[in-house]
Amino acid sequence: MVPIAWYLILSAILFCIGVAAFLIKRNIISVFMSIELMLNAVNLTFVAFAQQWHQVSGQIFVFFVMVVAAAEAAVGLAIIIAVFRARNTLNVDQVDLMKL
Amino acid sequence: MHLALFFIFGALCLAGALNLLLQRHPINSALSLIVVMSSLAVLYLLLGAEFLAAAQVIVYSGAIMVLFTFVIMLLNAGKEERTRGSKLAYIAGFPGAAALLSLLTFMFLSHQGEFARARIGEYVVTTSELSRMLFTDLLLPFEVTSVLILIAILGAVALARKEH
Amino acid sequence: METSLLVFLLISLAKVIVVVVILLMAVAYTVLLERKLVGRIQNRWGPSRVGPFGLLQPLVDGAKLFLKEDMMPTAVYRPLYILAPMIALGCALTSIAVIPFGADIRWHGVQLFEIADVNIGLLIVLGVTSIGVYGIALSGWSSNNKYSLLGALRASAQVVSYELALGLSLIGVVMRASSLRLRDIVNVQGTHGLISWNFFGGFQFVAFFIYLMAAYAETNRSPFDLPEAESELTAGYHTEYSSMKFAMFFMAEYANMITVSCVATLLFFGGWTSPFGHLFDGVIGGTVANALLPIFWFVAKVFGFLFLYIWVRGTLPRFRYDQLMGFGWKFLVPVAIANIVVTSFCMGLWLPVH
Repeated sequence: MVPIAWYLILSAILFCIGVAAFLIKRNIISVFMSIELMLNAVNLTFVAFAQQWHQVSGQIFVFFVMVVAAAEAAVGLAIIIAVFRARNTLNVDQVDLMKL
Repeated sequence: MHLALFFIFGALCLAGALNLLLQRHPINSALSLIVVMSSLAVLYLLLGAEFLAAAQVIVYSGAIMVLFTFVIMLLNAGKEERTRGSKLAYIAGFPGAAALLSLLTFMFLSHQGEFARARIGEYVVTTSELSRMLFTDLLLPFEVTSVLILIAILGAVALARKEH
Repeated sequence: METSLLVFLLISLAKVIVVVVILLMAVAYTVLLERKLVGRIQNRWGPSRVGPFGLLQPLVDGAKLFLKEDMMPTAVYRPLYILAPMIALGCALTSIAVIPFGADIRWHGVQLFEIADVNIGLLIVLGVTSIGVYGIALSGWSSNNKYSLLGALRASAQVVSYELALGLSLIGVVMRASSLRLRDIVNVQGTHGLISWNFFGGFQFVAFFIYLMAAYAETNRSPFDLPEAESELTAGYHTEYSSMKFAMFFMAEYANMITVSCVATLLFFGGWTSPFGHLFDGVIGGTVANALLPIFWFVAKVFGFLFLYIWVRGTLPRFRYDQLMGFGWKFLVPVAIANIVVTSFCMGLWLPVH
């Protein structure tokens, strides 16, 4: 038996690590990965609350988050490839001009 | 049993997430993220979400992260260098994240009495239950997401296409 | 019927050991079978010197690979270079855990002929297969070799693309059984022998051929063995590997072949059920015979699929890479979707609504 609160705390820790990584990482792919980490942390919260209230809808929400994350990853990685082609760098600090 | 599994895979999750934060090479970060996602799948199983556990492994670890590693390999991304911007992020980022963490943890712990305790097998959502809900009550959002995915495919193709 | 945790753990451990040993033996002898059969197809003998009919060849091969020097090239990225073959082999061996080999026979409340009977068995097989691609991708990247990298890029793109067709081809079967549990899927096919198998009675032969082709691509086998095409990429992703690490990739490939054959048997050819249905049930009596006969059928069917695998390898030339991608996306996926639509339409028309 594990209290639901522990799952929530775990997901809070994961989310905060994701936030910190999002701020600190300079590689655009790593920044993108920290967004995925945050999404995963939120998913854990949804599943934990689905267990808490015995409701299916929490899990359905996770399903939709996964679908949107997949779409987002496809578009985001395509953007990253386009950025790399145009500027030849993956460092977010160097991608700061609106026009080349 | 539940407690042991929770601690093992929770610790794996945390180790993976910290490794993602500390590693400088994107491929190491990607691998640690895969570890996080796969251990989250086990935690979903413990929370009675069978289908989601499988979907987590198939969609996240098996498809999205493959795309990430594929792009890292394709662009041959090297170690990231630290710049002025990252110093600023260190100063602002860590305290901010720590404050957020302590706030959330305080909230959860102060309301701990109101939360239930999870047992294995107490409440398991079967795949048929999930899909019945998805295809009756939530049919419209489901169809809308399929349109969303179509748009994403078109966008990805348009973005990644070489200009002629 | 209370099973204590200790008994459960002990029986499970025993099952795991037995299955892994049998699987590794099967892997070794599949290699021999392949060499023999390809030899016959090419009008030569194949290995025939070690032991009667070359039957001891796998042992000798194993000893040779084990004793070889384990080279570590200087320019590789060490942690991933070492990790990659382990991921490949680990994933290949893991997915066998949810495969049921025989009828539902329990001892102390624990199933004897299956390591783990889970509700989402089919999804677990798919998930573990999809993780297996990391072994290939990371080995190619960490080898720091152009050929390896090209092989790994090809492999990951190929596996991700064909996974789609693979998953879609299974939907018809899942609809017929209305369950993802492999045991339920087989039980649906067990009523009238041959004619109630999904391949014949379920009218899933289109799905079966899609599954077969997608699975060949998924396991990087000929005619889809682009990631290790020796004429263009030397050996693809395992160019830099030697000794046991190479052997692990090799074993992973054959273990994947066996898993794919097992899944094809379970999903489309009735698993452990006899092709004659219950026609000859009383002829061979006894509990032991009743327990072992299903395993015989299962092994025979899996053997048939392995034979097909090798036959295809000995017969068909390799695809070109753009042909491979076009075939996957423009042919297999649309046909798989059409199969789902037709199957659900027929089920909606002819089956009573629950």
